[in-house]
Amino acid sequence: MASSSIGGTGKLPHILVVDDALVQRMVTERLLKLHSFKVTTVDSGDKALELLGTWTAAMKKVDMILTDYSMPKMTGYDLLKRLKESSAFQGIPVVIMSSENTRGITRCLEEGAIDFMIKPLQNSDVQRLYTHFNHHLQIKLE
Amino acid sequence: MEYSRRQLNNIKANLFEQGYLDDQFHQIEELQDDASPNFLQEVVTLFFRDTTRLIDTTEQALKKSPQDFRRLDSIMHQFKGSSSSIGALRVKNECSIFRDHCNQGNIEGCLKSFQKVKKELAILRQKLEAYFKLLNQSESVAVKKADR
Repeated sequence: MASSSIGGTGKLPHILVVDDALVQRMVTERLLKLHSFKVTTVDSGDKALELLGTWTAAMKKVDMILTDYSMPKMTGYDLLKRLKESSAFQGIPVVIMSSENTRGITRCLEEGAIDFMIKPLQNSDVQRLYTHFNHHLQIKLE
Repeated sequence: MEYSRRQLNNIKANLFEQGYLDDQFHQIEELQDDASPNFLQEVVTLFFRDTTRLIDTTEQALKKSPQDFRRLDSIMHQFKGSSSSIGALRVKNECSIFRDHCNQGNIEGCLKSFQKVKKELAILRQKLEAYFKLLNQSESVAVKKADR
């Protein structure tokens, strides 16, 4: 299992998972929690933005966003664009996930997503998420 | 009849050997712990509830004329993703075939493929319900023995 905090700070990384599929959301949440992430899940990009707005007002932080690519109304790409256009949210690292290696993933990476993962996530993917966390934390500390 | 752990493992192993399940099923099993001992069963129950909804949605979409293959593909993408999440390999593969037919604009292919999706789902449901029933009975007996 991955270390339970970032850089030994004792803080559990908080990840927002965005996925319209209930079964997949449930499995991803469980996997991340077992790897000592604090997890919040929502089923749409709209709800993710709404929640982030609420958290910003409450000075509550999220350390990473893990979003599905293929979602109705607002895709993972659309959500990513909205996040990168926002001064409040553009600094939050975003990872895109999809059940297939779609061509849209390239444009997500070009738009600023830091990684792409194939669903269902595996333990090795969660290890990668921790690597991203630690890297992002290093950048913030510099 | 009381089923031993070994017999239950054999039943489960057969599901893998016959291609009904893939390793993702094991992965979900490993997500269980003392705090969530029935996580696998909860996820599987949710999967069948979700796919019942997706079947209804697909049936409605197939009735439309002219066909909206993009919509059908989108529904089947969800279906495939959901199947993939629990390791429902045969169902997932039939979903892929359905999507191939969508890409070709082949409604006859879609209709035939959809029948196969439903059939594989029904078979898997029957097998997993039987497996979990035996598992629960076995665990119930084990608990009673431990209490004595």
